[in-house]
Amino acid sequence: MSWLDTVVQGILLGGLFALFAMGLAVIYGVMRLINIAHGDFVVLGAYLILSVALTLHLSPFAAAAIVVVLFAALGYALQRAILDRALGGDLLAPLVVTYGLSVIIENALQQGYSADSRSLQIGGIETASVHLGPIAVGVVPLIVFGVALAVAAGLELLFNRTRLGMAFRATSDDRATARLMGVRDFRLYGYAAAISLAVTALASVFMGVKYTFTPTLGPSFLLYAFEAIVIGGMGSFWGTFAGAVILGVAQTIGFALDPGWGILTGHLVFLAVLIARPQGLFPKVVA
Amino acid sequence: MSDPLLASRALAAFYGDFQALFGIDAELHAGERIAIIGANGAGKSTFLASLAGAIGAKTGEIVFDGARIDGRDAPDIARLGIALVPEGRRLFPSLTVEENLRMGTFAGRRGPWTLARVYELFPALHEKRRAPAPALSGGQQQMAAIGRALMANPRVLMCDEISLGLAPSIVRAIYAALPAISAEGVSVIVVEQDVELARSSTDRVYCFTHGRVSLSARSAAVTRDDISHAYFGV
Repeated sequence: MSWLDTVVQGILLGGLFALFAMGLAVIYGVMRLINIAHGDFVVLGAYLILSVALTLHLSPFAAAAIVVVLFAALGYALQRAILDRALGGDLLAPLVVTYGLSVIIENALQQGYSADSRSLQIGGIETASVHLGPIAVGVVPLIVFGVALAVAAGLELLFNRTRLGMAFRATSDDRATARLMGVRDFRLYGYAAAISLAVTALASVFMGVKYTFTPTLGPSFLLYAFEAIVIGGMGSFWGTFAGAVILGVAQTIGFALDPGWGILTGHLVFLAVLIARPQGLFPKVVA
Repeated sequence: MSDPLLASRALAAFYGDFQALFGIDAELHAGERIAIIGANGAGKSTFLASLAGAIGAKTGEIVFDGARIDGRDAPDIARLGIALVPEGRRLFPSLTVEENLRMGTFAGRRGPWTLARVYELFPALHEKRRAPAPALSGGQQQMAAIGRALMANPRVLMCDEISLGLAPSIVRAIYAALPAISAEGVSVIVVEQDVELARSSTDRVYCFTHGRVSLSARSAAVTRDDISHAYFGV
Protein backbone atom coordinates (compact mmCIF):
# COMPACT_ATOMS: atom_id res chain seq x y z
CA MET A 1 0.00 0.00 0.00
CA SER A 2 1.49 3.30 -1.04
CA TRP A 3 1.53 6.32 1.25
CA LEU A 4 -0.40 8.34 -1.29
CA ASP A 5 -3.11 5.71 -1.19
CA THR A 6 -3.11 5.76 2.62
CA VAL A 7 -3.47 9.54 2.75
CA VAL A 8 -6.28 9.56 0.19
CA GLN A 9 -8.17 6.87 2.11
CA GLY A 10 -7.64 8.93 5.28
CA ILE A 11 -9.02 12.07 3.67
CA LEU A 12 -12.08 10.15 2.55
CA LEU A 13 -12.53 8.66 6.04
CA GLY A 14 -12.41 12.25 7.27
CA GLY A 15 -15.58 12.88 5.29
CA LEU A 16 -17.47 10.44 7.52
CA PHE A 17 -15.95 11.95 10.67
CA ALA A 18 -16.97 15.39 9.40
CA LEU A 19 -20.57 14.19 9.16
CA PHE A 20 -20.32 12.93 12.77
CA ALA A 21 -18.80 16.22 13.90
CA MET A 22 -20.98 18.80 12.16
CA GLY A 23 -24.19 17.74 13.90
CA LEU A 24 -22.43 18.10 17.24
CA ALA A 25 -20.94 21.44 16.18
CA VAL A 26 -24.35 22.95 15.28
CA ILE A 27 -25.75 22.35 18.76
CA TYR A 28 -22.59 23.43 20.51
CA GLY A 29 -22.25 26.52 18.34
CA VAL A 30 -25.77 27.79 18.94
CA MET A 31 -26.64 26.61 22.46
CA ARG A 32 -23.19 26.03 23.97
CA LEU A 33 -24.62 22.63 24.81
CA ILE A 34 -22.45 19.53 24.59
CA ASN A 35 -24.62 16.64 23.49
CA ILE A 36 -23.06 13.57 25.09
CA ALA A 37 -25.70 11.43 23.37
CA HIS A 38 -24.60 12.57 19.90
CA GLY A 39 -22.81 9.32 18.99
CA ASP A 40 -25.78 7.31 20.22
CA PHE A 41 -28.03 9.29 17.90
CA VAL A 42 -25.74 8.25 15.03
CA VAL A 43 -26.28 4.61 16.02
CA LEU A 44 -30.02 5.08 16.68
CA GLY A 45 -30.34 6.59 13.21
CA ALA A 46 -28.67 3.56 11.64
CA TYR A 47 -31.06 1.16 13.38
CA LEU A 48 -34.06 3.27 12.36
CA ILE A 49 -32.84 3.30 8.75
CA LEU A 50 -32.46 -0.49 8.95
CA SER A 51 -36.02 -0.88 10.25
CA VAL A 52 -37.54 1.54 7.75
CA ALA A 53 -35.65 -0.14 4.88
CA LEU A 54 -36.78 -3.63 5.92
CA THR A 55 -40.37 -2.65 6.68
CA LEU A 56 -41.00 -0.56 3.59
CA HIS A 57 -38.68 -2.57 1.30
CA LEU A 58 -36.61 0.48 0.51
CA SER A 59 -32.91 0.90 -0.11
CA PRO A 60 -31.04 2.30 2.90
CA PHE A 61 -30.58 5.63 1.09
CA ALA A 62 -34.31 6.02 0.50
CA ALA A 63 -34.95 4.99 4.10
CA ALA A 64 -32.37 7.56 5.20
CA ALA A 65 -34.37 10.32 3.50
CA ILE A 66 -37.33 9.40 5.71
CA VAL A 67 -35.16 9.16 8.84
CA VAL A 68 -33.58 12.57 8.13
CA VAL A 69 -37.06 14.09 8.37
CA LEU A 70 -37.96 11.98 11.41
CA PHE A 71 -34.72 12.97 13.14
CA ALA A 72 -35.29 16.67 12.44
CA ALA A 73 -38.69 16.40 14.12
CA LEU A 74 -37.16 14.38 16.95
CA GLY A 75 -34.46 17.04 17.43
CA TYR A 76 -37.01 19.83 17.68
CA ALA A 77 -39.18 17.85 20.11
CA LEU A 78 -36.21 16.80 22.23
CA GLN A 79 -34.97 20.36 22.54
CA ARG A 80 -38.37 21.79 23.46
CA ALA A 81 -39.39 18.96 25.79
CA ILE A 82 -36.11 18.20 27.58
CA LEU A 83 -33.01 20.18 26.68
CA ASP A 84 -34.63 23.64 27.10
CA ARG A 85 -35.11 22.82 30.76
CA ALA A 86 -31.44 21.97 31.20
CA LEU A 87 -30.15 25.21 29.65
CA GLY A 88 -29.47 28.55 31.28
CA GLY A 89 -28.19 27.29 34.61
CA ASP A 90 -24.80 25.76 35.14
CA LEU A 91 -22.89 23.75 32.53
CA LEU A 92 -23.35 20.47 34.37
CA ALA A 93 -27.11 20.11 33.84
CA PRO A 94 -27.00 19.64 30.04
CA LEU A 95 -24.07 17.24 30.39
CA VAL A 96 -25.96 15.09 32.87
CA VAL A 97 -29.19 15.17 30.87
CA THR A 98 -27.54 14.22 27.57
CA TYR A 99 -25.46 11.55 29.33
CA GLY A 100 -28.73 10.13 30.60
CA LEU A 101 -30.11 10.17 27.06
CA SER A 102 -27.01 8.31 25.92
CA VAL A 103 -27.59 5.53 28.47
CA ILE A 104 -31.29 5.34 27.62
CA ILE A 105 -30.71 5.11 23.85
CA GLU A 106 -27.98 2.48 24.20
CA ASN A 107 -30.06 0.28 26.46
CA ALA A 108 -33.24 0.73 24.46
CA LEU A 109 -31.34 -0.37 21.34
CA GLN A 110 -29.97 -3.43 23.15
CA GLN A 111 -33.47 -4.26 24.26
CA GLY A 112 -35.09 -3.68 20.88
CA TYR A 113 -32.44 -4.93 18.46
CA SER A 114 -30.24 -7.16 20.69
CA ALA A 115 -26.48 -6.80 20.85
CA ASP A 116 -25.93 -8.58 17.50
CA SER A 117 -23.98 -6.56 14.98
CA ARG A 118 -25.91 -5.27 11.97
CA SER A 119 -25.09 -3.43 8.77
CA LEU A 120 -26.85 -1.62 5.95
CA GLN A 121 -26.68 -3.43 2.60
CA ILE A 122 -26.72 -1.31 -0.52
CA GLY A 123 -26.44 -4.00 -3.14
CA GLY A 124 -22.90 -4.04 -4.49
CA ILE A 125 -21.94 -0.38 -4.53
CA GLU A 126 -20.08 -1.03 -1.27
CA THR A 127 -17.31 -2.77 -3.13
CA ALA A 128 -17.30 -0.66 -6.31
CA SER A 129 -14.26 1.51 -6.89
CA VAL A 130 -12.91 3.99 -9.41
CA HIS A 131 -9.35 4.65 -10.45
CA LEU A 132 -7.95 8.08 -9.71
CA GLY A 133 -4.54 8.06 -11.37
CA PRO A 134 -2.41 5.43 -9.66
CA ILE A 135 -4.86 4.61 -6.87
CA ALA A 136 -8.27 3.02 -6.57
CA VAL A 137 -10.84 4.64 -4.29
CA GLY A 138 -14.19 3.28 -3.19
CA VAL A 139 -17.31 4.81 -4.69
CA VAL A 140 -19.04 4.94 -1.32
CA PRO A 141 -16.23 6.85 0.45
CA LEU A 142 -16.27 9.31 -2.46
CA ILE A 143 -20.02 9.78 -2.07
CA VAL A 144 -19.62 10.25 1.71
CA PHE A 145 -16.90 12.83 1.16
CA GLY A 146 -19.01 14.69 -1.38
CA VAL A 147 -22.04 14.70 0.91
CA ALA A 148 -19.91 15.93 3.82
CA LEU A 149 -18.52 18.75 1.65
CA ALA A 150 -22.04 19.71 0.61
CA VAL A 151 -23.25 19.67 4.22
CA ALA A 152 -20.33 21.87 5.35
CA ALA A 153 -20.98 24.32 2.51
CA GLY A 154 -24.70 24.28 3.24
CA LEU A 155 -24.21 24.94 6.95
CA GLU A 156 -21.74 27.76 6.21
CA LEU A 157 -24.30 29.33 3.87
CA LEU A 158 -27.10 28.86 6.38
CA PHE A 159 -25.15 30.42 9.24
CA ASN A 160 -23.55 33.28 7.30
CA ARG A 161 -26.04 34.16 4.58
CA THR A 162 -29.52 33.63 5.98
CA ARG A 163 -31.70 35.41 8.48
CA LEU A 164 -32.00 32.24 10.57
CA GLY A 165 -28.22 31.91 10.61
CA MET A 166 -27.85 35.53 11.71
CA ALA A 167 -30.21 34.81 14.62
CA PHE A 168 -28.19 31.68 15.47
CA ARG A 169 -24.96 33.67 15.64
CA ALA A 170 -26.50 36.56 17.58
CA THR A 171 -28.11 34.23 20.12
CA SER A 172 -24.84 32.36 20.50
CA ASP A 173 -23.08 35.69 21.18
CA ASP A 174 -25.60 37.06 23.67
CA ARG A 175 -28.84 35.26 24.33
CA ALA A 176 -30.35 37.89 26.66
CA THR A 177 -29.87 40.69 24.14
CA ALA A 178 -31.19 38.54 21.28
CA ARG A 179 -34.37 38.05 23.35
CA LEU A 180 -34.69 41.82 23.67
CA MET A 181 -34.69 41.97 19.85
CA GLY A 182 -37.73 39.69 19.72
CA VAL A 183 -35.84 36.45 19.02
CA ARG A 184 -37.80 33.53 20.46
CA ASP A 185 -34.73 31.72 21.75
CA PHE A 186 -36.30 28.38 22.59
CA ARG A 187 -37.92 28.04 19.18
CA LEU A 188 -34.57 28.94 17.63
CA TYR A 189 -32.85 26.27 19.73
CA GLY A 190 -35.42 23.79 18.48
CA TYR A 191 -34.47 24.61 14.87
CA ALA A 192 -30.77 24.15 15.69
CA ALA A 193 -31.44 20.74 17.26
CA ALA A 194 -33.53 19.78 14.22
CA ILE A 195 -30.69 20.70 11.85
CA SER A 196 -28.19 18.86 14.05
CA LEU A 197 -30.16 15.62 14.06
CA ALA A 198 -30.95 15.84 10.34
CA VAL A 199 -27.19 15.99 9.66
CA THR A 200 -26.72 13.15 12.16
CA ALA A 201 -29.15 10.94 10.23
CA LEU A 202 -26.97 11.44 7.13
CA ALA A 203 -23.99 10.34 9.20
CA SER A 204 -26.02 7.32 10.32
CA VAL A 205 -26.63 5.92 6.87
CA PHE A 206 -22.99 6.20 5.79
CA MET A 207 -21.76 4.83 9.11
CA GLY A 208 -24.12 1.87 8.67
CA VAL A 209 -22.85 1.20 5.16
CA LYS A 210 -19.20 1.40 6.17
CA TYR A 211 -19.25 -0.43 9.50
CA THR A 212 -21.10 -3.26 11.10
CA PHE A 213 -22.69 -1.62 14.12
CA THR A 214 -23.89 -2.57 17.57
CA PRO A 215 -25.86 -0.51 20.11
CA THR A 216 -22.72 0.37 22.09
CA LEU A 217 -20.71 2.09 19.35
CA GLY A 218 -22.07 5.58 20.06
CA PRO A 219 -19.44 6.85 22.50
CA SER A 220 -16.57 6.20 20.08
CA PHE A 221 -18.36 8.22 17.36
CA LEU A 222 -18.91 11.00 19.90
CA LEU A 223 -15.19 10.95 20.62
CA TYR A 224 -14.23 11.21 16.92
CA ALA A 225 -16.69 14.08 16.52
CA PHE A 226 -15.24 15.89 19.52
CA GLU A 227 -11.68 15.38 18.33
CA ALA A 228 -12.51 16.72 14.87
CA ILE A 229 -14.10 19.85 16.34
CA VAL A 230 -11.24 20.49 18.74
CA ILE A 231 -8.55 19.90 16.09
CA GLY A 232 -10.36 22.22 13.66
CA GLY A 233 -11.07 24.92 16.22
CA MET A 234 -14.53 26.10 17.20
CA GLY A 235 -16.30 28.56 15.04
CA SER A 236 -16.56 27.40 11.45
CA PHE A 237 -17.83 24.29 9.72
CA TRP A 238 -14.89 24.34 7.32
CA GLY A 239 -12.60 24.21 10.36
CA THR A 240 -14.51 21.21 11.69
CA PHE A 241 -14.32 19.58 8.27
CA ALA A 242 -10.56 20.11 8.14
CA GLY A 243 -10.22 18.74 11.67
CA ALA A 244 -12.14 15.63 10.64
CA VAL A 245 -9.90 15.11 7.60
CA ILE A 246 -6.77 15.44 9.75
CA LEU A 247 -8.19 12.90 12.20
CA GLY A 248 -9.06 10.55 9.34
CA VAL A 249 -5.57 10.77 7.83
CA ALA A 250 -3.96 10.25 11.25
CA GLN A 251 -6.03 7.11 11.88
CA THR A 252 -5.36 5.67 8.43
CA ILE A 253 -1.62 6.27 8.69
CA GLY A 254 -1.68 4.65 12.13
CA PHE A 255 -3.50 1.63 10.73
CA ALA A 256 -0.96 1.38 7.91
CA LEU A 257 1.90 1.29 10.39
CA ASP A 258 0.26 -1.29 12.59
CA PRO A 259 -3.37 -2.41 12.69
CA GLY A 260 -3.40 -1.82 16.45
CA TRP A 261 -2.28 1.80 16.19
CA GLY A 262 -4.94 3.37 14.03
CA ILE A 263 -7.35 4.81 16.56
CA LEU A 264 -4.53 5.51 18.99
CA THR A 265 -2.70 7.60 16.38
CA GLY A 266 -5.86 9.69 15.95
CA HIS A 267 -6.02 10.30 19.70
CA LEU A 268 -2.31 11.21 19.79
CA VAL A 269 -2.74 13.80 17.02
CA PHE A 270 -5.73 15.19 18.91
CA LEU A 271 -3.69 15.43 22.12
CA ALA A 272 -0.79 17.04 20.26
CA VAL A 273 -3.10 19.73 18.86
CA LEU A 274 -4.68 20.24 22.27
CA ILE A 275 -1.26 20.83 23.83
CA ALA A 276 0.33 22.88 21.04
CA ARG A 277 -2.71 24.83 19.88
CA PRO A 278 -5.63 24.56 22.30
CA GLN A 279 -7.72 27.00 20.24
CA GLY A 280 -7.57 24.53 17.33
CA LEU A 281 -5.94 24.89 13.93
CA PHE A 282 -8.57 27.09 12.30
CA PRO A 283 -10.38 29.03 15.03
CA LYS A 284 -12.78 31.78 14.05
CA VAL A 285 -11.03 35.10 14.54
CA VAL A 286 -13.20 37.76 16.17
CA ALA A 287 -11.75 41.20 15.57
CA MET B 1 -55.23 63.87 30.18
CA SER B 2 -55.44 60.78 27.98
CA ASP B 3 -54.41 57.35 29.23
CA PRO B 4 -50.66 56.83 29.27
CA LEU B 5 -49.08 54.65 26.57
CA LEU B 6 -46.92 52.84 29.12
CA ALA B 7 -47.33 52.89 32.88
CA SER B 8 -46.06 51.04 35.91
CA ARG B 9 -48.16 50.73 39.06
CA ALA B 10 -46.60 49.73 42.38
CA LEU B 11 -43.84 47.97 40.46
CA ALA B 12 -41.33 46.06 42.58
CA ALA B 13 -38.42 44.00 41.24
CA PHE B 14 -36.09 41.50 42.82
CA TYR B 15 -32.72 39.86 42.21
CA GLY B 16 -33.03 36.76 44.37
CA ASP B 17 -33.53 38.04 47.91
CA PHE B 18 -32.43 41.53 47.00
CA GLN B 19 -35.21 44.02 46.25
CA ALA B 20 -34.16 46.64 43.71
CA LEU B 21 -37.45 48.51 43.11
CA PHE B 22 -40.08 49.46 45.70
CA GLY B 23 -43.48 50.41 44.31
CA ILE B 24 -42.59 52.46 41.24
CA ASP B 25 -45.48 54.47 39.76
CA ALA B 26 -44.44 56.07 36.50
CA GLU B 27 -46.03 56.80 33.16
CA LEU B 28 -45.12 57.69 29.63
CA HIS B 29 -47.61 59.32 27.25
CA ALA B 30 -47.65 58.88 23.49
CA GLY B 31 -45.10 61.13 21.81
CA GLU B 32 -43.53 62.10 25.11
CA ARG B 33 -39.86 62.00 26.10
CA ILE B 34 -39.05 61.36 29.73
CA ALA B 35 -35.78 61.04 31.63
CA ILE B 36 -34.97 58.91 34.63
CA ILE B 37 -32.13 60.25 36.71
CA GLY B 38 -30.66 59.15 39.99
CA ALA B 39 -27.49 57.89 41.62
CA ASN B 40 -25.82 54.60 40.75
CA GLY B 41 -27.77 51.68 42.17
CA ALA B 42 -31.02 53.66 42.39
CA GLY B 43 -32.80 51.09 40.21
CA LYS B 44 -32.97 52.99 36.90
CA SER B 45 -31.60 50.16 34.75
CA THR B 46 -33.65 47.60 36.66
CA PHE B 47 -36.76 49.65 35.90
CA LEU B 48 -36.06 49.62 32.15
CA ALA B 49 -35.18 45.90 32.24
CA SER B 50 -38.48 45.22 34.06
CA LEU B 51 -40.46 47.11 31.42
CA ALA B 52 -38.65 45.11 28.71
CA GLY B 53 -39.54 41.81 30.36
CA ALA B 54 -35.91 40.95 31.05
CA ILE B 55 -36.53 40.60 34.79
CA GLY B 56 -38.94 37.87 35.79
CA ALA B 57 -39.12 38.45 39.55
CA LYS B 58 -41.45 41.38 39.93
CA THR B 59 -44.78 42.40 41.45
CA GLY B 60 -47.16 45.18 40.55
CA GLU B 61 -48.50 46.06 37.13
CA ILE B 62 -47.08 47.23 33.83
CA VAL B 63 -49.72 48.46 31.39
CA PHE B 64 -48.92 49.10 27.74
CA ASP B 65 -51.53 50.50 25.39
CA GLY B 66 -54.31 49.48 27.78
CA ALA B 67 -53.16 45.87 28.37
CA ARG B 68 -51.18 44.26 31.18
CA ILE B 69 -47.74 43.13 29.97
CA ASP B 70 -45.99 42.39 33.26
CA GLY B 71 -46.35 38.63 32.74
CA ARG B 72 -45.05 38.70 29.18
CA ASP B 73 -41.67 37.39 28.07
CA ALA B 74 -38.96 39.70 26.64
CA PRO B 75 -39.36 38.60 22.98
CA ASP B 76 -43.14 39.17 23.15
CA ILE B 77 -42.68 42.64 24.62
CA ALA B 78 -40.19 43.50 21.87
CA ARG B 79 -42.81 42.41 19.33
CA LEU B 80 -45.42 44.65 20.98
CA GLY B 81 -43.16 47.62 20.26
CA ILE B 82 -41.06 48.33 23.33
CA ALA B 83 -37.36 48.43 22.42
CA LEU B 84 -34.48 48.67 24.86
CA VAL B 85 -31.03 50.04 24.07
CA PRO B 86 -29.23 48.17 26.83
CA GLU B 87 -26.56 49.61 29.04
CA GLY B 88 -23.13 48.95 27.57
CA ARG B 89 -24.59 48.73 24.02
CA ARG B 90 -24.46 44.93 23.87
CA LEU B 91 -23.87 44.70 20.12
CA PHE B 92 -23.40 41.18 18.77
CA PRO B 93 -19.63 40.87 18.26
CA SER B 94 -19.65 38.18 15.58
CA LEU B 95 -22.13 40.10 13.42
CA THR B 96 -21.36 42.96 11.07
CA VAL B 97 -22.73 46.43 11.77
CA GLU B 98 -25.50 45.94 9.22
CA GLU B 99 -26.38 42.51 10.60
CA ASN B 100 -26.61 44.04 14.07
CA LEU B 101 -29.08 46.61 12.72
CA ARG B 102 -31.08 43.89 10.97
CA MET B 103 -31.40 42.02 14.27
CA GLY B 104 -33.90 44.73 15.21
CA THR B 105 -36.28 43.40 12.57
CA PHE B 106 -36.85 40.22 14.58
CA ALA B 107 -39.54 42.18 16.41
CA GLY B 108 -41.48 41.73 13.17
CA ARG B 109 -42.85 45.28 13.08
CA ARG B 110 -43.33 47.50 10.03
CA GLY B 111 -42.87 51.24 10.11
CA PRO B 112 -40.78 54.16 9.00
CA TRP B 113 -37.42 52.83 10.21
CA THR B 114 -35.42 50.99 7.59
CA LEU B 115 -31.69 50.49 7.05
CA ALA B 116 -31.71 53.54 4.79
CA ARG B 117 -33.39 55.74 7.42
CA VAL B 118 -30.99 54.60 10.15
CA TYR B 119 -28.01 55.32 7.90
CA GLU B 120 -29.50 58.74 7.18
CA LEU B 121 -29.75 59.40 10.92
CA PHE B 122 -26.25 58.06 11.66
CA PRO B 123 -24.16 58.38 8.45
CA ALA B 124 -21.04 57.04 10.20
CA LEU B 125 -22.71 53.62 10.37
CA HIS B 126 -23.17 53.47 6.60
CA GLU B 127 -19.42 53.70 6.01
CA LYS B 128 -18.79 50.88 8.51
CA ARG B 129 -21.77 48.72 7.60
CA ARG B 130 -19.66 45.73 6.55
CA ALA B 131 -17.26 45.97 9.49
CA PRO B 132 -17.63 43.67 12.50
CA ALA B 133 -19.36 45.47 15.37
CA PRO B 134 -16.28 45.50 17.65
CA ALA B 135 -14.42 47.56 15.01
CA LEU B 136 -16.66 50.59 15.73
CA SER B 137 -15.68 53.40 18.07
CA GLY B 138 -17.65 53.76 21.30
CA GLY B 139 -19.87 56.48 19.89
CA GLN B 140 -20.51 54.53 16.70
CA GLN B 141 -21.36 51.45 18.74
CA GLN B 142 -23.92 53.51 20.65
CA MET B 143 -25.38 54.74 17.37
CA ALA B 144 -25.57 51.16 16.13
CA ALA B 145 -27.31 50.06 19.33
CA ILE B 146 -29.89 52.84 18.94
CA GLY B 147 -30.26 52.09 15.23
CA ARG B 148 -30.80 48.42 16.02
CA ALA B 149 -33.59 49.32 18.44
CA LEU B 150 -35.16 51.68 15.87
CA MET B 151 -35.16 48.90 13.25
CA ALA B 152 -37.79 47.26 15.46
CA ASN B 153 -40.02 50.24 14.67
CA PRO B 154 -40.89 50.56 18.34
CA ARG B 155 -43.62 52.68 19.87
CA VAL B 156 -41.46 53.12 22.95
CA LEU B 157 -37.67 53.48 22.76
CA MET B 158 -35.84 53.02 26.06
CA CYS B 159 -32.21 54.13 26.21
CA ASP B 160 -30.09 53.06 29.16
CA GLU B 161 -27.13 55.34 29.90
CA ILE B 162 -26.39 56.13 26.27
CA SER B 163 -23.86 58.83 27.22
CA LEU B 164 -21.81 56.58 29.48
CA GLY B 165 -18.11 56.62 28.62
CA LEU B 166 -18.51 58.82 25.54
CA ALA B 167 -16.92 62.19 24.75
CA PRO B 168 -19.27 65.17 25.27
CA SER B 169 -19.29 66.06 21.57
CA ILE B 170 -20.35 62.50 20.69
CA VAL B 171 -23.04 62.60 23.38
CA ARG B 172 -24.43 65.83 21.91
CA ALA B 173 -24.45 64.25 18.44
CA ILE B 174 -26.40 61.26 19.74
CA TYR B 175 -28.88 63.38 21.69
CA ALA B 176 -29.32 65.56 18.61
CA ALA B 177 -30.95 62.52 16.99
CA LEU B 178 -33.75 62.40 19.58
CA PRO B 179 -36.03 65.02 17.94
CA ALA B 180 -35.86 63.13 14.62
CA ILE B 181 -36.80 59.94 16.45
CA SER B 182 -39.70 61.65 18.27
CA ALA B 183 -40.87 63.14 15.00
CA GLU B 184 -41.65 59.61 13.81
CA GLY B 185 -44.05 59.22 16.73
CA VAL B 186 -41.72 57.19 18.96
CA SER B 187 -42.06 57.82 22.69
CA VAL B 188 -38.73 57.85 24.48
CA ILE B 189 -37.43 57.01 27.95
CA VAL B 190 -33.80 57.85 28.66
CA VAL B 191 -31.85 56.87 31.73
CA GLU B 192 -29.21 59.54 32.08
CA GLN B 193 -26.52 60.46 34.59
CA ASP B 194 -26.06 63.94 33.17
CA VAL B 195 -28.86 65.92 34.84
CA GLU B 196 -28.61 68.97 32.58
CA LEU B 197 -28.70 66.81 29.46
CA ALA B 198 -31.66 64.88 30.85
CA ARG B 199 -33.58 68.07 31.63
CA SER B 200 -32.88 69.85 28.36
CA SER B 201 -33.79 66.93 26.10
CA THR B 202 -37.02 65.66 27.70
CA ASP B 203 -40.53 66.73 28.67
CA ARG B 204 -40.61 65.22 32.14
CA VAL B 205 -38.11 63.81 34.56
CA TYR B 206 -38.27 61.18 37.30
CA CYS B 207 -35.58 60.93 39.95
CA PHE B 208 -35.04 57.48 41.51
CA THR B 209 -33.49 57.07 44.96
CA HIS B 210 -32.91 53.64 46.51
CA GLY B 211 -35.49 51.99 44.29
CA ARG B 212 -38.21 54.63 44.84
CA VAL B 213 -39.40 57.67 42.90
CA SER B 214 -38.15 60.67 44.84
CA LEU B 215 -39.13 63.33 42.31
CA SER B 216 -41.48 63.56 39.35
CA ALA B 217 -41.66 66.90 37.59
CA ARG B 218 -41.86 68.72 34.27
CA SER B 219 -38.33 69.10 32.95
CA ALA B 220 -38.81 72.80 32.26
CA ALA B 221 -40.06 73.49 35.78
CA VAL B 222 -37.62 71.47 37.82
CA THR B 223 -34.83 73.38 39.61
CA ARG B 224 -31.37 72.35 40.69
CA ASP B 225 -32.52 72.52 44.31
CA ASP B 226 -35.39 70.13 43.59
CA ILE B 227 -32.95 67.68 42.06
CA SER B 228 -30.32 67.85 44.79
CA HIS B 229 -33.07 67.43 47.34
CA ALA B 230 -34.33 64.36 45.48
CA TYR B 231 -30.81 62.94 45.05
CA PHE B 232 -29.54 63.51 48.54
CA GLY B 233 -32.66 64.12 50.63
CA VAL B 234 -31.35 67.50 51.82
